[in-house]
Amino acid sequence: MKHPRVAIQTADFNLADEVAALRANDARVGAVCSFVGTVRDRNDGASVATLELEHYPGMTEKAIEAMIDAAQQRFDIFGARVIHRVGLLQPLEQIVLVAVTSAHRGTSFQACEFLMDYLKTQAPFWKRELTPRGSRWVDARVSDDAALARWGIATGNSA
Amino acid sequence: MDLTILYFASVREAMGRSSESLQSDAATLGQLRDALIARGAPYDVALARGKSVRMALDQVMRDEASPLAHGSEVAFFPPVTGG
Repeated sequence: MKHPRVAIQTADFNLADEVAALRANDARVGAVCSFVGTVRDRNDGASVATLELEHYPGMTEKAIEAMIDAAQQRFDIFGARVIHRVGLLQPLEQIVLVAVTSAHRGTSFQACEFLMDYLKTQAPFWKRELTPRGSRWVDARVSDDAALARWGIATGNSA
Repeated sequence: MDLTILYFASVREAMGRSSESLQSDAATLGQLRDALIARGAPYDVALARGKSVRMALDQVMRDEASPLAHGSEVAFFPPVTGG
């Protein structure tokens, strides 16, 4: 069975295992690029004790599948794997993985960044921070819209 | 027509519920938002004009001009903050 491209899960993931599965038996691959997002203990000047991630089940998976399709049309990549965790997460924990394979490094670097920029502004996830002063929803950043705009894709997520 | 409405994150909290089924004659997502606001609390606050509210229709991000159909699944939520 083909390895699934997208997983939304509460459990942690192992980067080495995911990369191994992504490039298994594919001798065309000459480059693997991966990005791992982790939980910081500070955000916008406040210390963060716990991060809570909410998502839209069903739509989340579809949206990320569509992003990977877009990446495959745009870049000459062989495979892609996206894992996003939901639920309660503590500082130091892993939140998100994006990994892609291609023949040459430039393609993998670009496709990995494209997928992360896309995910930040188009995948239905919401973060809530639990701080010593109570909980607050994380605000969308204009800089994330600008990051996606570099690829010629307009978004008004933070507007 | 019958619609299923979902609310997420801060919009869900402002609504005090995560979903509901309702009937509406609204032709578009934007018209539905206005019709709900006109119902008063809690819609008028949760979906208020001037507030950043994004919408999905049948699990795809759409703008307010998008046409609704019988049985549509509509979602209202704040700007996304994953990654």
